[in-house]
Amino acid sequence: MDLFFDQVLNGVGTGVIYASVALALVIIYRTTGLLNFAQGEMALFSTFITYWFTEQGLGIVPALLASVVVSFVGGALIERILIRPVEGAANPLNVVIVTLGLFLAINALAQLIFIKPGQEALQMPPVFPKGDLVFGIRTATVGFAAVLVVECLLLYVLLQKTKIGLALRAVASNPESSRLVGINTGNMLMLGWGLAAALGAVAGTLAATRGSGFDSSLMQQVLVYAFAAAALGGFDSPLGAVVGGLVVGIADALTIQYIDALDGIELVVPFGLILVVLLVRPNGLFGRTIVERV
Amino acid sequence: MAAPEASDAVEGTEDRRTVPWLRIVVGVVASVVAISIPFNTAPTDNLLIAQVFYLAIAAMGLNLLTGFNGQISIGHGAFYGVGAFTAAILVTEHGWYLEATLPVAALLAAVLGVLVGFPALRVKGLYLALITLGLSVLFPRVMAKFVDGPGGVPLLQPKRAQVASLIDGLADDQYQYFVCLVVMVLMFVLAWNLMRSRAGRAMIAVRDQEVAASTVGINVAAVKISSFALSAAYAGVAGALSVMVTRVADASNPLTYFQLSIEFLIAVVIGGAATITGPFLGAAFLVFVRKRFEGTEAMAPALLGGVLIVAVYVLPDGIVGGYRRLVARIAQARSSGAPQPPSATPAADGPAISTPST
Repeated sequence: MDLFFDQVLNGVGTGVIYASVALALVIIYRTTGLLNFAQGEMALFSTFITYWFTEQGLGIVPALLASVVVSFVGGALIERILIRPVEGAANPLNVVIVTLGLFLAINALAQLIFIKPGQEALQMPPVFPKGDLVFGIRTATVGFAAVLVVECLLLYVLLQKTKIGLALRAVASNPESSRLVGINTGNMLMLGWGLAAALGAVAGTLAATRGSGFDSSLMQQVLVYAFAAAALGGFDSPLGAVVGGLVVGIADALTIQYIDALDGIELVVPFGLILVVLLVRPNGLFGRTIVERV
Repeated sequence: MAAPEASDAVEGTEDRRTVPWLRIVVGVVASVVAISIPFNTAPTDNLLIAQVFYLAIAAMGLNLLTGFNGQISIGHGAFYGVGAFTAAILVTEHGWYLEATLPVAALLAAVLGVLVGFPALRVKGLYLALITLGLSVLFPRVMAKFVDGPGGVPLLQPKRAQVASLIDGLADDQYQYFVCLVVMVLMFVLAWNLMRSRAGRAMIAVRDQEVAASTVGINVAAVKISSFALSAAYAGVAGALSVMVTRVADASNPLTYFQLSIEFLIAVVIGGAATITGPFLGAAFLVFVRKRFEGTEAMAPALLGGVLIVAVYVLPDGIVGGYRRLVARIAQARSSGAPQPPSATPAADGPAISTPST
């Protein structure tokens, strides 16, 4: 049973990362109505920014906070400059292509800018100290969970308790009407992308400091799991993203431990999940049903 | 989906008579150039051009699905991979000629295409992209698990003799060039004819207005699934041909097939979606960029990603679409009588330029 609990806790640790990225996906989906295939690479770039700050002599936590700020601005700029012109285009293919182009370009740029020739894996000090806290539960796991709770609280306060949050929700629910009542929709969309990029910075840095080192493929697998988490919870539900992230993380850890037949192809689990959810309950566990008029 | 003649008619009968002549001349010149290239260039260049040919087949496959049928796929790398591994396994373990594996590769890829086509009936647009993304990410891992290559690495390399020239007078590279050329021309002509047939128009109708298509008696589900199957078969053939040229079916890097999927999409978008010549031009562009930035690890993807984004703004209908708009504008400037609005959407008919023989 110890092994089982260990694996569940392990799953919670990764689940927090998946949940953060899934939250970012959900925020972008709700404000802009698109699946951001570049989310993982945006988070990767933010992680490299954190790395750059630590290289400049900052501690890991100040570096992370600085990276969050830079990422927020960067995300907002990406929305304004690259996404805005193709938003609302008749052909959804265009938006997919732009995010896929971003996927390729950001990953490559991160390598060109931050990785010196011949460098294999990069190292950063861990955000949380290694070792156990209580009852064999690792400090990192508790810390990760705390980060997720803080993220959720901040988002909750921002979205539900402030005027900006109200405006953001209004834009998500009906852009045209909110424009009529005097909300600057464009700024809200930039805010949404900025928030998503900031969440990505946290998730990326946590993911990078979790193992022994990281390279430019850090977020690609994470993105897949985050998509599974967002699909499971419903693409428009922040709560769903958090629950979905944890479920996917735990399911993944248990699959690796107990199902030998899926050794090496654990990715079958998240994709099976995406497929089943989209086929059986396309709006996810927590999502709203959208009635489409012909 | 009237042929281009319909739009030319506005300019008078003169053009209608001259255009076929122009096309015949272009076709003959292109054929002569295509046949003479392998005898006048270095073997490495021949293989590079052969690479353009088979990538063009894969891009055409994706174009049939995404351009003409409106279904997004970022999983075509997986269909391509199925073709590559089918060919490699049949050649290395069962002693087949590579040429003989092409139909089998097409068939197996089509079967997988049908399997993916079923969820595509319920899942559309962005979500379909997500599912097909899963396909291309999973494929190399499945291969890594079930294909026993040398040293446990999923990497099959047929011996040189197994993909050698079957015709005595031709060197290996010339022979491979011609096989790829012939297969590409056949498959492009097939696609061209298909898109002017009843079945092709049904595909376009499903893309443009699904409900309207169903009310005029088109079986939407059947059209969508068969589009997926056909499209996958094209990618499978391309994969099999790639084994002939590169002599390897490789799944050791788990991201190769995902990147390939994006590259096919790039070829379609840059060349011009829903055109016949577009995928060829896109594939040529792709090979050029790959070759130009060979050795510099990240430059090619950075450039491809950037070009892809720019293309969506500047040339939303690709090279072919841009060329058509240019021609339309010139024609409009000439004929002051009947102004002709340049079509904003890519025209979904046969090629307005030339037959894709080079």
